[in-house]
Formats: sequence, C-alpha cells, structure tokens
Amino acid sequence: MSAVIESTAEETRHDSAGPWRAAFRRLRNDRLGMVCVVIVVAYMLIVLASALGLVARDWNREVGVSYANPGFLPHLENLEAESSRNLTAQSKVPPVDLSDIDPLAPYYKELDERTARIKVTEIQRSDTLPFGGDKWGKDIIKKTVKGAEISIFVGFAAALLAAVLGTVFGACAGYFGGRINDLFEWIYNVFTSIPYILLILAFAAVFGKGIVTVIMILGITGWTGIYRLLRAEYLKHREREYVRAADAIGASDMRRMFVQILPNVSHVILVQLSQHVVQFIKAEVILSFLGFGVPVELVSWGTMLAEAQNELVIGKWWQLAAATASMAVLVTAFSLFTDALRDALDPKLKALL
Amino acid sequence: MTAYIIRRLWQMIPTMLGVVLLIFFLFNWVGGDPAQVLAGKISNPEQIENIRKQLGVDQPFWRQLIIFCQQIVTGDFGRSWSTNEEVSRIFATRIGPTLTIMFPLLLLETTLGIVFALGVAYVRGSLTDRAIMIACTFAMSISFLVYIILGQWLFGFLLGWFPVQGWSESYWKNLVVYAPLPVFLALLVSVAPTLRLYRSFFLDEINQDYVRTARAKGLSETTVMFKHVMRNAMIPILTNVAIALPSLMIGSFLLEKFFSIPGLGREVITAVERSDFPVIKAITVYLAVFTMFLNLLVDVLYKWVDPRVEFK
Repeated sequence: MSAVIESTAEETRHDSAGPWRAAFRRLRNDRLGMVCVVIVVAYMLIVLASALGLVARDWNREVGVSYANPGFLPHLENLEAESSRNLTAQSKVPPVDLSDIDPLAPYYKELDERTARIKVTEIQRSDTLPFGGDKWGKDIIKKTVKGAEISIFVGFAAALLAAVLGTVFGACAGYFGGRINDLFEWIYNVFTSIPYILLILAFAAVFGKGIVTVIMILGITGWTGIYRLLRAEYLKHREREYVRAADAIGASDMRRMFVQILPNVSHVILVQLSQHVVQFIKAEVILSFLGFGVPVELVSWGTMLAEAQNELVIGKWWQLAAATASMAVLVTAFSLFTDALRDALDPKLKALL
Repeated sequence: MTAYIIRRLWQMIPTMLGVVLLIFFLFNWVGGDPAQVLAGKISNPEQIENIRKQLGVDQPFWRQLIIFCQQIVTGDFGRSWSTNEEVSRIFATRIGPTLTIMFPLLLLETTLGIVFALGVAYVRGSLTDRAIMIACTFAMSISFLVYIILGQWLFGFLLGWFPVQGWSESYWKNLVVYAPLPVFLALLVSVAPTLRLYRSFFLDEINQDYVRTARAKGLSETTVMFKHVMRNAMIPILTNVAIALPSLMIGSFLLEKFFSIPGLGREVITAVERSDFPVIKAITVYLAVFTMFLNLLVDVLYKWVDPRVEFK
C-alpha cells in the first residue's frame, strides 16, 4: 500500500508522468506481462499482414494432395490421396466409342480443335505440406493464419461494440439516474434474465450467418457486464468535485460525461475490453463450429475444428493441432496480459483480488 | 420475509414483460413472415397458411403480441415447424436426458471444486499451489470443443471404454453407460475455472481475523478449515452454483450435440438450424422465467445460510 502512495506522490510532483505513463512503467516491470504483450503483438502483426494480403492470401488454393502429410512426417500412409489418385487414373481410360449414335459426332473434329486451343495446366499437387493439408489439400498453416485473422477480428470488433454499448448505457444510467437509470436497469434485467448462450442462439436463429452478423450478435448480447461496472463508476464520479467544478463553469451534460468523467474511468473500460476480446474469440469459435458463425467460403478456428472432428477418426490430427495450439497460445497470452494490464492500471485493485 | 418475497415477485413483472417484448421483437418483427422463413422447408402451402393464421401474421402487431402472450400463459406454443411435434411435448421429453447429464455434473463439479480448492488454498503460495494455478490457466485456454473432440476420440473410439455416443430408453442404462463420458469431459473443462474461483473465495476467508482467533484458541486445523472457513465461503459458492443452474437446464448444448443426447440443448441447436421459431421462443421465455424465480430462491437461501443477511 505504501508503494502506491509513494508513486502517486511522485506523479503529482512531475506533471509529465501522467497516470498512463505510470501504468506503462508498471506494466513494463511485469516480466510475464511483457512476454504476453510480445506474443499478443506478434499475433496482431500476423493478423494485420493477413488482412493486407501479405501472407496467406492464397490459403484457398489446393496446393497439396488430399490430406497431404506434414513435411516432418513424409512417409505416413495416405489412403485418401491414393484413392483420389486412382480415380483420376481411371478417368484417363479412353471413353467408349459412341460416334455412330452420338448426334455430336459430326462436330468431333471442330470440338477437338477448340479443346486444343485452351491451355490446361495440370496443378502439381505436392505429397507433403509444411504442416500437412486438409481434405482439399489446402495448406494448414495458411489456413490457420487466415482463420486467426477472422477469429481475432470478430473478437475485437464484437468487444469494441459491446464496450461502446456498455459504456454509453452505463454512463447514461449512472450519470442521469432517475427515469433514465430505471430504463437501462430494466433493459439490463431483461438481457441478463435470459441465459447467455440461449440469448446468443436466439439472435443467431433470427439473423442468420455472416461475419458482421456474428459481431452484432456478440456485441448486442455481451454489453451487460461492462454496463454494470461503468454505471457504478459513473454513480461514484458524478458527485466528485471535479465534475461539480465542471458543472459550475457551465459544462454541458455530454461534456461532463464524456470529456470529464470518461478519461477517469477509461482504465475500467480498457480492462473489460481486453477481457471481452478473449471471451468473444472463444464464443466465435463455438458459433462457427456449430455453423452459426462465419459463412462457408471463409475460414475461422471454429470451422477448422468442425472439420478436424471428422479428420481425427481417420488419423489426420494436424488441422486440430494447428487450430488448438494457435488458439490456446493466444488465449493464454491475452488472459495473462489482461491481468497484467489490470494490475498496472489499477494497483489498488491488486490488494483486493 | 413474506413482504420481501411479494415485493420481489412484483418487481419481476416488468422484467418478464421485457423478455416477452424482446422475444416478440426478435421473432415476429426481425424474424419476419413465417412464409418467407419456411419457404423451401415446408412444401405444403396449406400448413404454412395455418401457421400464419395461428400467429396472426396478417393482423396488426398488437394483436400478434396478444396471441404470443396467450401462448405463454397457456403453455400452448403450437407445433414445431419442422417436426410437427407439440412444443409442450418437446419440453416434457427433452428435459429428462438433460438433467441426467447435468445433475451429476453439477454435483461432482461443486464437490470436487470445494475439496480441491480448500486443499490448494490451505497450501497457498507453495509450489503445489502455483503449479496447479498455472495448470488451470493453461487448461482454461483450450477450447471446450477440443476437449470433447479429443476425449470422444480417445476414450470412445480408440480405447473403447465408453460408447462414442448414444442414448436409450432406460434411465439407469443412460446414467451408467451413456452419461459417464460426457460428464467426465465436462468435469475436465469446468474443474479448472471452478477451482480458481473457489480458491479465491477460500483465500478471502483464510486471512480473516476469526481464523487466527480459532487457531489461537487451539482448534485443530480440520475444524478451522471445514467448520469456520468452509461455512463462510459457502455464500459466494452458493451464488456461483445458482448462477450455473439456468444453463444447466439447457445443458451444455455442445455436450448434447456431440454425444447425440436428446436433451433441451440439442433441441435448441436443431431449432436454430431449422429456423424452428416456436421451439426457440418457448424455451427462451420459460427459461427466463425459471431464472428469475431461481434468483429469488437464492436470495432467500442466503438468509438461511447466513443469518446476518437482511432483506432490504
């Protein structure tokens, strides 16, 4: 406790060391927290690169044979690839001669000429890929990167939406009180009285599939926790002297809510935002797995897991491993980063938790 | 006490009204005309016309709302749009399997959570404590889906200890043959977060003055832990179990889907897949009502667990 008092005293002496800088300093001293920051930043860079099309642009190309083996296990038996190869070989058997009954027979020559003009390049499918291939011979690593892009983007966007809704609602309810508070409390009670999973599924049933839809569903159903905290913060802050002072010099309600109070509660929002990102990434994965999430032409960690379920039975474990590992590392790092962020932004809380 | 319960029941009315409005807004307004939703799902135009008439689609919205309220009060949501089974029958037949899975799960989860958390809290700060906490963080980072996929494959397919999936007519056979694997896998997933949470509850109590006093007057460690600490930590634990109860009713819908258990959770998923609105509407409304009554029950239970709690 004494350390906290000292550091705040120090901050008041030097105007330059604001609370954010002090928080950053505390975060930098947290070694585990910094490791997690590095991991999270690395994921963000990959996602950014993938979104800009620098990596994994051609994730959808079928570069390998069906269920191509991982590069480090080139000699695993691959019955699926062989059976499809046999099928291709069979189709090369010359077709039965039908020319005496075929009405197209007079055009055979012309058709042959036309066919010759079209260049057909046989795709060279490789037997192994760095981390194996899926059913269609797509590269698992590229697929995982693309899946990460979508899962993480959905998580962030939904958390942002939930944070905005929760903050605005909480600010209004806490700041104005009275009727407005009653209204938002009513909405809050309605949303929390339906079990969360059921609420999400009910929204999913009506709105259908799509990335934007998933973001909307998670955001609209997930704002309640942030609202609760922000309302309590605004209730506390609206009576503080600095807000009264702002009132005295004639600041409007909006200005007091979002210019005066908001910066003072922003650490709460930031920590909540970070917590919700993890929660929503997990939720997106489950929704996509069930087929209520991203559309079929896209890939997310959830759709990868859905495919992996059937692959495991025939011994193709790499897609499962890739999706699980990449998600587990991100979720662990992000959760620990959230804890570190909370400790750094609100050192008083650490004593309580 | 009676006055408190009556006041709480009174306060429930606006919330319940809100739930009804929300569900109505979702399914009758956003969801749109059943004829559009069902196009391609039901080929019989007569049946669609019946559904439209039943919901009063061609009538003004307030009239449709009244029809919806009537359905809720009488419990008659009509028939499922996809299987033509009566919604009330779906409820009655699906709740059994869900409880067969979820009740043992809740019991085991709470008991194991309490025992382990008490043990870990007792040796707090030690290497064991830290190792278990790290293991918990790691276990929590892996998706529930992966646990089920791997567990079903390993114990059901590869080792053959349990049936991969299935359900039967006999209650005991279900409990002994089909339930153990899903319950075990769900336990694996839920033990880590439960342990972490309960540990923090116990730690809150362990540092209190009364614990020191109890030790100072020479009580044995078992008495201190099980009688003094445990009883006080029961309040947050009870809250936590109560919060978990409503989701217990739809079961872990993932478990039911993976293991083909004909419970409410799987019913919800199939209903969402088939845009079977009557089923989702009914389940959502009734579970919300159930949750509200449960919250009231828990608040009353507090009084029983902790006589210091006063009703405001």
